Amino acid sequence: MSTLASPAPRASNRWTRAWAGRRRLPLATVLGATLVGALVLLPLVFLVVEAQQSGWSEMERLLFRHNTAVLLWNTLRLVVASTSLCLLIGVGAAWCVERTTIPGRRLWTVLLVLPLGIPDFVVGFGWVSIDHGLHGYLAAVMVMTLSLYPLVFLPAVAGLAGVDPALEEVARSLGMGPWKVFFRVTLRQMLPAVLGGCLLVTLGLLAEFGAFEILQYQTFTVAIFTEFKLGFDAAAACALSLVLVALGVAALVGELALVGRGRLERIGSGARRNAPKVALGALTLPVLAGLLALAALALGVPVGALAYWSIRGGSTTLPSASILTDAAHTAELSAAAAALSTALAIPVTIAAMRYRNRLTMTIERLALLPQALPGLVVALGLVSFSVRYALPLYQSALELVVAYAILFLPLAVVGVRAALALAPVRLEEVARSLGRRPASVWLTVTLPLIAPGLGVAFLLVFISSCTELTATLLLRPTGINTLATQFWVYTTDFSYGAAAPYAALIVAISAVPAYLLSRRMAGISRTMRP
Amino acid sequence: MSQTGALEVADLWKGYSSTEVLRSVDLDVAPGSLSAVLGLSGCGKTTLLRVIAGFERAQRGRVALSGQVLDDGRNYIAPERRGIGYVPQEGALFPHLDVRANVGFGLSRAERRGATVGELLEMVGLSALARRMPHELSGGEQQRAALARALARRPALLLLDEPFSSLDATLRGAVREEVSALLRRQGTTTVLVTHDQEEALSLADSVAVLRDGTIIQQGSPADIYGAPTDARLAGFLGEANLMEAVLENGQARTSLGTLELRGGASRAPSSVQGIVVVRPEQLRVRAGTDGGEGLRGRVEQCRYYGHDALLSIHPEDSPLASPLLARVHGEEALAVGTDVVVTATGTVSAVDGGASR
Repeated sequence: MSTLASPAPRASNRWTRAWAGRRRLPLATVLGATLVGALVLLPLVFLVVEAQQSGWSEMERLLFRHNTAVLLWNTLRLVVASTSLCLLIGVGAAWCVERTTIPGRRLWTVLLVLPLGIPDFVVGFGWVSIDHGLHGYLAAVMVMTLSLYPLVFLPAVAGLAGVDPALEEVARSLGMGPWKVFFRVTLRQMLPAVLGGCLLVTLGLLAEFGAFEILQYQTFTVAIFTEFKLGFDAAAACALSLVLVALGVAALVGELALVGRGRLERIGSGARRNAPKVALGALTLPVLAGLLALAALALGVPVGALAYWSIRGGSTTLPSASILTDAAHTAELSAAAAALSTALAIPVTIAAMRYRNRLTMTIERLALLPQALPGLVVALGLVSFSVRYALPLYQSALELVVAYAILFLPLAVVGVRAALALAPVRLEEVARSLGRRPASVWLTVTLPLIAPGLGVAFLLVFISSCTELTATLLLRPTGINTLATQFWVYTTDFSYGAAAPYAALIVAISAVPAYLLSRRMAGISRTMRP
Repeated sequence: MSQTGALEVADLWKGYSSTEVLRSVDLDVAPGSLSAVLGLSGCGKTTLLRVIAGFERAQRGRVALSGQVLDDGRNYIAPERRGIGYVPQEGALFPHLDVRANVGFGLSRAERRGATVGELLEMVGLSALARRMPHELSGGEQQRAALARALARRPALLLLDEPFSSLDATLRGAVREEVSALLRRQGTTTVLVTHDQEEALSLADSVAVLRDGTIIQQGSPADIYGAPTDARLAGFLGEANLMEAVLENGQARTSLGTLELRGGASRAPSSVQGIVVVRPEQLRVRAGTDGGEGLRGRVEQCRYYGHDALLSIHPEDSPLASPLLARVHGEEALAVGTDVVVTATGTVSAVDGGASR
């Protein structure tokens, strides 16, 4: 600060430049961010350690046997079919609600987003409970598509609302028919958003375990779980997990490459006009029927099955009184995980947003990596670590909380990032210039501004943890059940009636963010066309 | 019947659920000319453009280009089959394509490989920027690229929707000059929509004034400025003094002296009371209190612009309620409080609705 008092204007200039360009990263933030990066890497490192404990040649044998090829084939054909169908349904439905004169578009938007709030394993349960014969490839494709298409639908609606209609009009005036314009102009503008949705679908398919177990469809997750829980073969489970991680990272990199090449910069800033609606005319009824069928299959079947089994009740097993205890456990574990995850996300995000350099950006990417990591894989890595170096941690509540925190760290980072964007450095600088010390600025300016965003981050992690099944099955402390694991116990027992109340509670919890999200989507498209 | 590029809009109606936006619009645009549709925002000018382009359908009336009916409320030709170029506000370049691909967008694959795109880029002076993405261009460069894209298919008619309004003031003049020079060289019939009267008057061969969904006047810029149909339009087009006058034998007797009525029109046999528009630049101001012809007054305010100055002159013992506005050369600006005598030159025209100044 002493240079500020220097009378020479040049010195003062140099001071301001140094302040703006190369502010020093606070040590606490560096340490915090680095710790988070290490924490994310920990399960991956121990996955490798575990997998090659009996030597590389043994690992090679595990990876290159026939079984692995079958698993790869099962996983890949599921990913290709289900992602394509999600793309088709998501974009098609988005176009119907956003660009046509369909009646009740706000209601349709909400109804079509809501399936997002039902965990895949509950959807699987819903279908199997009404048709025991349902299993195998086609069943898996159907259930997963119905469960995951909102991940494409949501960004597609936002994308369609965001495309500047002037682009489409110019293309028309340049001699293109409406179909050609849709594919070459409209779809092209939505592509980054839609591809992002497809990535989430692919990652969801790679990570899913419960639904495939219920539908008796062998994918990597199912095989890994079986090897570990039933075969007690940690090395084989970890080796297969590495393949799964590789697939997830490949999807992540692939999407990055596709979108990165066609990154779209918004140009212009003027008021956009609203896109004209296509009059459906005689097609109104068929389109309505189509949307109704989609909503019925994706939302009606699982919700209906839950309602049916809840009302009919368990004829053999009464819904045990433990549901309240389990709910309490779930809430405690999830709240701890949400607090931890949000706290971890803060230094990472501050470092990446305020002090942008190679290190901080790498750490932020690391923090987003768990997006591509199935819960099963993170859990296996942590088990492998704790068995070797921290036995007291093994099957402790703390380990489960850490697993949740790592697993849902990307949600927390995205939430904190959005929150921090609302507190520009400018404001902190103004507060400093008005004589406040950094700590006081943080408490009186930054924190009040980002608090609501932090709340959102907390809520997102909390809800995701409440509905987590796979990692919980592996890591839960003996004798403690969450809603998801108790549901799982009943379901694998075919006690549908006993399982249903648990699933209903899970859906009730996770429907909250899905509903809020869908309301916001409907709101977005409403404000765009007054 | 009509030449290539002649646009005829006749008795065009267009409304939305509750409001009529266009009410019996008539507009004729001569082939190869540049016409401006001038109006305040919300007057329906963008809707008119969009109906001509085919993005909206007419309810009633007729839109024809080169003698071919495009839309008569029943039959309608799709925009891609009209051969009408369109440059929206801010250009709307495709953000995922570079300048070259944007300009070639409407061309066939073979045409794109030919020399056409290069020539177009040359024409708008963007050859060096062919590989740039739209967001790497300045506002003026974006406009020129959008123009080249619209001209690539040699449209019979070009529509420009407020093409210069998004540019900042310093850039606007230059881009406007470049674009109008280019359009004149091309000889493409052009309709420009704008709310900027200076832009309309300086660029267009013909100006049509749209108000509340109807064309209230169409004519050459000089006709529109010199003989606006009503006082409101006179004020919209520029500063105007509304003077009470006795109209008689093609002349108007005002307190400034006797002036010729424009075109000698309204040669009433007997004298009638009326209102005439006298533009500030028609007034001659001389300092002093001499007894010569003219209206005596005192300078109340002087707005100095450099190249010229606008004087507000309060008339002495005159029935005029509001001060007279006079435009004088910059170096002839007079100090506030100076006594002056004001006379007028040139022709004037009578307007309706003098009550609302």
